[in-house]
Amino acid sequence: MSFDVSVVLAALPAILSGLKVTLGIWLAAAAMGVVLGFVVAALRHFGPAPLGLALRLVVEVLRGTPFLVQIFLLYFGGPYVGLSLDPVPAGLLGLTVYAAAYFSEIFRAGFAAVPRGHVEAAHCVGLTRAQIVRRILVPEMTMLVLPQCVNMAVILVKETAVLSVIAVPEATGVISAIGSQQYAFLEALFLLAVIYWGLVEACGWAGRMIERRLSKFRFA
Amino acid sequence: MSPRLFELMLKAAGYTVAISVAAIAIGLLIGLLVCAAKLSPRPWLRWPATLFVSFFRGVPLLVQLLLIYNLLPVLGLAVPSVVAALIGLSLCTAAYQAENLRGGFTSVPRGLLEAADMAGLSPWQQFRRIRAPIALRLTVPALVNEAILILKASSLISVVGVVELTRTAQNLAASTYEPLLFYSAAGGLYLAINWLVAAGGSLTERALRRGRLA
Repeated sequence: MSFDVSVVLAALPAILSGLKVTLGIWLAAAAMGVVLGFVVAALRHFGPAPLGLALRLVVEVLRGTPFLVQIFLLYFGGPYVGLSLDPVPAGLLGLTVYAAAYFSEIFRAGFAAVPRGHVEAAHCVGLTRAQIVRRILVPEMTMLVLPQCVNMAVILVKETAVLSVIAVPEATGVISAIGSQQYAFLEALFLLAVIYWGLVEACGWAGRMIERRLSKFRFA
Repeated sequence: MSPRLFELMLKAAGYTVAISVAAIAIGLLIGLLVCAAKLSPRPWLRWPATLFVSFFRGVPLLVQLLLIYNLLPVLGLAVPSVVAALIGLSLCTAAYQAENLRGGFTSVPRGLLEAADMAGLSPWQQFRRIRAPIALRLTVPALVNEAILILKASSLISVVGVVELTRTAQNLAASTYEPLLFYSAAGGLYLAINWLVAAGGSLTERALRRGRLA
């Protein structure tokens, strides 16, 4: 067999555009997932009980089903309920909601891990609920949840590959298409594996750096 | 959904469970070997194990599956897609299980091993009576978690043409024009299986805590 990665690398502009889509969707879904997940966790923590129960059910369903099935349901089932989305918005929406479910569980555990005494003390000195969240809960739990958030970010990079099945022009879809055009499928997949591997290792490394930087802020 | 189609879905769910259980079991065996290699004092064992774990945890399962599916024929191993899928799933979960097991083995309290040494237990006896039971007990929650992850991840083998639960739902959705129904049904089945696994896991953990299983 011949193994020549340069055949695939000849299509560098296409590869770069695929990478750009992967990175864009990953970062956008992670950022929106963190925000949405935080809101869900806060609503479950402070909101009325029925709302908390409903949110819990949604989170359980999202965490208990494969992302592939979720994305199929959204992309192919969506049009039947008036939600016709192009691949990229569908992928972005699907990945964001998926990420939010997992992030909300991380934050929920974070809220629960903040010592009750700190929150009670804040109550006693007259802080409002918003102030308690902003001044006590968020700073104290940031260090606690950071490792899991980095871990989740790594999982999300890998989940972006699944979006190739609904024809999102991200790295896996684009590079494997180049591979089959050039009859260099293995070379293309090898390149893909190396790209993801590098991304994941870089993400883990960045996470450890941030953790070390922030470790002086560990309260709880 | 007609009863006949529902039966098809149930059968497909059974297939998904069978493949996942096989992958978890094979992955546990490979994971034990990789864990042993990673904890070994010999660098020529440790280094490849570290690389193995890093690779299979760093590359999306979909890419791993495509790679294995396309690599095996080139190596002269023309195997059915199920076998390629099973190899991919097993290697991937092996990497995660090796890390879980390593966590278990490194958290066996040193004092226990010193006491065993004092009591004159041989290294094998120490492994058999102290290290392995404690480490495995510590790993049970992570193993249950991994089983659920693999059940969900097994949906990806539909992409290399294995007709399991997701692929069946896809086929039925395409032929009946009812994607909402069949994808929701598939999701419901995955959810039910995962709940059963989680419930089984917490029962096992409770039994272990009472010391009925060692």
